[in-house]
Amino acid sequence: MGGLDNFLFSFFNLKVMATYLPQIAQGLGLTVLLALLIVVSGLALGLLLALLRSLAIRPLNWLIIFTVDLFRALPPLVIIVLLFFGLPAAGLSISGFAATWLSLTLVLAAFAEEIFWAGITAVPKGQWEAARSTGLGFAQTLGHVVLPQALRITIPPLTNRTIAITKGTALASVVGVSEILGAAQSAMSFSANPSPLTLGAIAYLILFIPVVALGRWIETRFAWKR
Amino acid sequence: MSSSPPAPRPIVDARGLWKRFGSLTVLKGVDLAVAERELVFIIGPSGSGKSTLLRCLNRLEEPSDGSIHIDGIELLNPRTDINAARRRIGMVFQSFNLYPHMTARQNVMLALRRVLGKSRAEAAELAGRALERVGLGERTDHYPAQLSGGQQQRVAIARAIALEPRVMLFDEPTSALDPELVGGVLAVMRELRESGMTMVVVSHEMAFARAAADRVVFMADGQKLEEGPPAQIFGDPQHERTRAFIRQIDRH
Amino acid sequence: MENFVFAFLNADIVREAWPILWQGFLYTLALSAITVPLGLAGGVLLALLATSGPRAVRLAAAGWTDLFRAIPPLVLLVFLYAGLPFAGIDTGAWGAVAIGFFLNTGAYYGEVLRAGIESVPRGQMEAARSTGLSRGQALAHVVLPQAVRNVLPDLVSNTLEVVKLTSIASVVALPELLFQARQAQNATYNATPIVAAAVAYFLLLWPLVRVISRLENKALAGR
Repeated sequence: MGGLDNFLFSFFNLKVMATYLPQIAQGLGLTVLLALLIVVSGLALGLLLALLRSLAIRPLNWLIIFTVDLFRALPPLVIIVLLFFGLPAAGLSISGFAATWLSLTLVLAAFAEEIFWAGITAVPKGQWEAARSTGLGFAQTLGHVVLPQALRITIPPLTNRTIAITKGTALASVVGVSEILGAAQSAMSFSANPSPLTLGAIAYLILFIPVVALGRWIETRFAWKR
Repeated sequence: MSSSPPAPRPIVDARGLWKRFGSLTVLKGVDLAVAERELVFIIGPSGSGKSTLLRCLNRLEEPSDGSIHIDGIELLNPRTDINAARRRIGMVFQSFNLYPHMTARQNVMLALRRVLGKSRAEAAELAGRALERVGLGERTDHYPAQLSGGQQQRVAIARAIALEPRVMLFDEPTSALDPELVGGVLAVMRELRESGMTMVVVSHEMAFARAAADRVVFMADGQKLEEGPPAQIFGDPQHERTRAFIRQIDRH
Repeated sequence: MENFVFAFLNADIVREAWPILWQGFLYTLALSAITVPLGLAGGVLLALLATSGPRAVRLAAAGWTDLFRAIPPLVLLVFLYAGLPFAGIDTGAWGAVAIGFFLNTGAYYGEVLRAGIESVPRGQMEAARSTGLSRGQALAHVVLPQAVRNVLPDLVSNTLEVVKLTSIASVVALPELLFQARQAQNATYNATPIVAAAVAYFLLLWPLVRVISRLENKALAGR
């Protein structure tokens, strides 16, 4: 067998690919589901924390800042492993899917809080004062005047961070979730051929290349003045 | 400075320069010759190609066609060491383009060290002298952000003259300055001229042109329409476009 | 509560696992000291290709960057470590980590540095070239220092991510901090070693998080 044939047989083995396509497709579905759950809950929790922080309650803010720092400093895989292998020791069993969802939600929330908060503080004080002077309440000012401006400048960094963290769904394979990478790895062991891994990589590209391109587009579209 | 007899050929000799950007033709066969110690002023409406012509003279813009000799060096020859050639051609930009992360002295020192290979001490010494010459001997350790626009432009001039160029190109050196800061820059340019520097200046400072230029070139639509001594161009322009341009300038 | 302390904050277990956790910690530091410069080298290379060079090269660099930003690093690592040997290419765990980080973090650093280079006005390069500096000299002395300063928060934050990412080397059995903690956990049937590893990561990286937070707020306020 020639070098190229060997290469094609190993990495682009159509027969193997066809056999395991259904598993990989299932994995893709699981990855998409996991990613969507993480994005929704992570961004919501991050926004909630940023709004709580704008209330300026000292002890609460320290707690928020510490929590955010904690989940920015810890590697996501460490959090996943801790939840998955650690919680059962406390009598709480948790599935790999739930452990990954919870971990990455906390990580995304931490980064999102930081970005939302930076956006809120970037809105000039005069905006608050002007809105309050017209009789708008704290919540109305926040909702109608400050947040719309804050969200606009947070979109590019938020998009990039969200993409980076949702790619972390591949870490779920470490705790036995059959998302794309997990499915591809078990298919690779069964077939003794790495073509399923190629298929998995292609699945990730199909999933994330449009998202990365979207992030690039958003970055130019919403470009901050430098 | 130099007491040698005038060079047999002009120090700047550009012939038949064309420059196209896609379908847009900015220079349409322009000739420009500048003798040693001469100050040539280029005027013309915006879009006339005068800045492009200037930028071609040190190949920041690549001419589409034509030839340029500077101090006998064939600038457009691919075998010419463009970096060695450029240090004989000083350039001053409209927006100064000082390096913001370096002090005034470091701005001047960079090319002295990296292009001329001077030692740190020697480069610092030469930079100090150049900054003194433009009246900034007291500001050598300031960063650009700590200097006024006029002072920044004088640092930019020092950066160029420290390399002892044979010719200096000025691309609208005072256009970005507040009116009260223009005088300081023009004073430095006048001093340079009196020391015998060969200069090509693109600018709207007509009073300065009248007082200091040997020759004024009027450009429009990528062509040289008219040239002559300032008294002639400003007093008795031959071309209708020149007359219209001068009238408009005078009204301001 | 007693149960919780026994399972997660067990001092005896920490004492027992300390030597291998410490080894893992040092290994993580060493891994970072290798992967960060490797990624930076790849990033500088990509950023230079993406901002200079002919159009085809620039497009290729942008495509390359997007490709490796779209593939999760763990997928890349598994491919290099478990996939390539089928084609007779065995890079070993170290080789897989080195190549994977060069490709993945290089793409991220490259994107950051590209934005930095593009934030430096064109006039800077022109002014430098007009004094006779070569293209390389102008990049090294004039453009890159400004580019790095303009994107410093992103560069530091990317570096934090790289150090955190070294934890995936545990998947290919390199004995870094997380791997050692899992070993200790398996040996003791107790989650304390993983908690200890998390604390170690936090103590190592918290200062960096604070610095980034400050840099980012400053950058955003300056816009």
